[in-house]
Amino acid sequence: MTYKSGTDQLPIPPKDAKVQNVTCDFCIVGCGYKAISWPVDRQGGPKPDENAFGEDLTQQQGAESAAWYNPSMYNVVRQDGKLVHLIIRPDKECEVNAGLNSVRGGRMGETRYSDQTGTMTARLGQPMVWRYSQMMPTSWDDSLSLVADVTRRVIEEMGEDGVIVSAFDHGGAAGGYENTWGTGKLYFDALKIKNIRIHNRPAYNSEVHASRDMGVGELNNSYEDAELADTIFVVGANPLENQTNYFLAHWVPNLRGETLDKKKQMLASEPHAAAKVIIVDPRRTVSVNACETVAGKDNVLHLAINPGTDLVLLNALLTEVVNKGWQAKNFITQHTSGFDEAVKANRISVEDAAAVTGLRSEDIRKAAQWIAEPKAGGTPRRTMLAYEKGLIWGNDNYRSNAAMVNLALATWNVGREGTGCVRLGGHQEGYVRPSDAHVGRPAAYVDQLLISGQGGIHHNWATDHFKSTLNAEEFRRVYRRRTNLVKEAMDSVPYGDREAQLEQIVAAVKRGGLFSVNVDILPTQMGEAAHVWLPAATAGEMNLTSMNGERRLRLTERYMDPPGAALPDALIAARMANALEASFRRVGNETYANKFKGKFDWKTEEDAFMDGYNQHAEGGKFVTYERLRAMGTNGVQEPVVGFENGKLIGTKRLYADAKFKTDDGRAKFMKTEWRGLQVAGRDQQKEKYAFLINNGRNNLIWQNAFYDVHTPFVRERNPVAPIEMNPGDMEKLGLKAGDLVEVYNDVGSTQAMVYPTPSAKPGQAFMLFIAPTGQVGNVISKGTNEFMIPNYKNVWANIRRIGHVPSADAMSFKSIEYPKGL
Amino acid sequence: MKECPKLVELGRRQFLRGGAVAAAGAAAVSVVAPTPARAAVPAARVDYPANRLANIKDLKVNEPMQVNYPDIDSPGVLIKLGAPVDGGAGPDRDIVAYSTMCPHKGYPLSYNAADKTLNCPGHFSRFDCEKEGQQVWGHATQNLPMFRLTVDGAGDIHAVGVDELIYGRTRNVLNEDAVSLRRG
Repeated sequence: MTYKSGTDQLPIPPKDAKVQNVTCDFCIVGCGYKAISWPVDRQGGPKPDENAFGEDLTQQQGAESAAWYNPSMYNVVRQDGKLVHLIIRPDKECEVNAGLNSVRGGRMGETRYSDQTGTMTARLGQPMVWRYSQMMPTSWDDSLSLVADVTRRVIEEMGEDGVIVSAFDHGGAAGGYENTWGTGKLYFDALKIKNIRIHNRPAYNSEVHASRDMGVGELNNSYEDAELADTIFVVGANPLENQTNYFLAHWVPNLRGETLDKKKQMLASEPHAAAKVIIVDPRRTVSVNACETVAGKDNVLHLAINPGTDLVLLNALLTEVVNKGWQAKNFITQHTSGFDEAVKANRISVEDAAAVTGLRSEDIRKAAQWIAEPKAGGTPRRTMLAYEKGLIWGNDNYRSNAAMVNLALATWNVGREGTGCVRLGGHQEGYVRPSDAHVGRPAAYVDQLLISGQGGIHHNWATDHFKSTLNAEEFRRVYRRRTNLVKEAMDSVPYGDREAQLEQIVAAVKRGGLFSVNVDILPTQMGEAAHVWLPAATAGEMNLTSMNGERRLRLTERYMDPPGAALPDALIAARMANALEASFRRVGNETYANKFKGKFDWKTEEDAFMDGYNQHAEGGKFVTYERLRAMGTNGVQEPVVGFENGKLIGTKRLYADAKFKTDDGRAKFMKTEWRGLQVAGRDQQKEKYAFLINNGRNNLIWQNAFYDVHTPFVRERNPVAPIEMNPGDMEKLGLKAGDLVEVYNDVGSTQAMVYPTPSAKPGQAFMLFIAPTGQVGNVISKGTNEFMIPNYKNVWANIRRIGHVPSADAMSFKSIEYPKGL
Repeated sequence: MKECPKLVELGRRQFLRGGAVAAAGAAAVSVVAPTPARAAVPAARVDYPANRLANIKDLKVNEPMQVNYPDIDSPGVLIKLGAPVDGGAGPDRDIVAYSTMCPHKGYPLSYNAADKTLNCPGHFSRFDCEKEGQQVWGHATQNLPMFRLTVDGAGDIHAVGVDELIYGRTRNVLNEDAVSLRRG
């Protein structure tokens, strides 16, 4: 039976309801929202002078009404200890989303913690430690002193390399400038931790090393550029599902020709048309379908490339552009280096590229034309080049990324209106930390260190390797074994005898055990193996700053209380640091204790922001909470360059002056020769197994589904994570919609629920990435690129039926594509 | 919509109204005698009208009929699907009715007869008419409001309730005095 909330009316906010700024918790786009709250025993009325919207709510609201909120946007929560009604609804005044909500951000209301309505009551509300053979509630002081004592003992025995850390480095909820600074100051300033990884990959590294090495920061344009571009060239990305409102509010209007007036007004001296779009993806995504729907098939070029061969296509496009003489000659001469060498090294003919990529020669030529052929009158075309995980987590990350930037530089599609060479992004950004230079490059492959028995303690901040790693089965098996050794040791002496506990824990560590500390907002799969849980607050339960994919910095204001004793991560890091200082001092190690002294006196997250962002970010000195609050949901684009007339002044796009981030200011071209599938064994896997197991996100689920598993509306559509399969392949294997299948290869095995997908190519299946009910990481081998970036995408396996998902019968398995010709 | 929209026939009968109000009043009177019954204890839930939408014989299989419920400002469709479904009304359990304002941003949904879905041209959301309005893909944070139907012996189809909040309303029935109420 399809889930319905049964709601027939919602409370109305009174005229004087409190209104606060919110940036969405979730994806890189960072849509603007407003949190509207008022005391639980009051209500507004339907007449315009009775409600916060000033609208006549006795009347049916029209489309895109700013005054409509739905059951998912509403909750009852605590605010400064008092019960309030809360609505979190998209903000029409925000330039990012213009009032649109995605199916993820639109559910922020119902994913808040509420004892009153019972939502998200799974949230961690108090510290828990392993004692008496189970996780038991305890105080902050008790849990942190245990963490500090064990950390100290591990450092005494193994040095700081024995402390292994997993930590978010992003913006949005479970991140943000306050919290990356808090954790960063603990691990990179007070301590010098080398064995550290990020939430979605097994090392501490950039996903776009190449772009940065070439002097081109990866978020260099404005969302408005997608409205101004002549052509949008997108590789390995699915923006309708992953950057939803960037696509809907900025790409679609350009594809529909609705931004023509704006183009003519802003760029008056050149001809304009509705945008064309080129999408490079082995899979026909809903983005491809939506582009065809709004732009017409003639203006959409879907290059359904052989998996892993993007680099060949990009090199061929560069070659073709140069053969035609379409490169930006003056720009190349004046502002770049290494062009001739790169063109020579990367040269590949269109025909040779067609043979490798499986594309038609004429389509590659057409793509080159759409990207680089000058417009009538000889004005350079404006092409926005965008990429994301299909390239980042595909084959040969470094060279493929570089080849994309080569193409953008050759055609001067960086730093001008309507251009940009950008990653589309996953989370928002929110990185400010002391130098990580000591981590080195390549960085340590942390998950392999853990598998090989190294390290004595693992501090884990909001990551769940059990879902988000490669070679995941082996990782889980070893991690459980190592942490169990410590649990059994802890059980052998009373908890209250700290010295005996420490002796047992250290002895177990010496036998290969691992002590595990988990800081998170919800119980996690890896957390089940941990010895300490520390409850974190999320955005809105604390003030939190982040920037989006066009470097737009905003403050989400604290609009409710965190559950129980939960604290912002920055303050947990500070308390942990102070506990470490106390622990070292207690045993007389003043030198070590002094590493923490005076550095972590923050009382609030704002203190951490002022210590971190304000003191250390580029332009940070101009930024305070008060100034950001005044900038509302539109915020300011980084880097901030001033504060005038009560407003922060930002930077609309980078490299408008063609000065790049290299020593001599010239952007660097790079040699990016094709070298086949980079990770050892993948070619053989491809020969041996019947299906490509492509994987990525879907529209409904945010990240690893940490909230979604608690939400009936989503759970109903994902009782088990789906695998998209071609109906012909299903028939051959005797599969029906909703069947539970095992996906297996030489690395491991996992499960998924069959979702018939007519647009899927035969032999190419698609799984949901890092799903809780079937981790694709189980079948992904441990190989990475030279900088420890995993190739999650190019994986082959077989599929067999193991049953049927019982609740699948209530599900619709119709095509997810908007119908043609409707 | 593929075919010409038909004008809705709003229910004009004072269906159950007098009886329902009298019954509620009788219950309330014994507790709060001095005040008028209706105002004494306002109902905790919305009262829905019972509106006649059509007769079974007006419907052709897989051809949606435009309707409005619970009032003229809330458009919907009435569809005879041709095969029984969960929530289906009528002798064949195949008659369903849905709001056609997309619960994402209120754009008018179009019926795709080929796969029996309602589709939003604004942002591409899709709802399955054979699965109680389940969102197949889209941006709405709820499934599509379904109008609950009853069919009487004469084949008259009445809408009598809604299972989810209708787009653009904080209250599914905007003015309970202006429509024929059905309580109970």
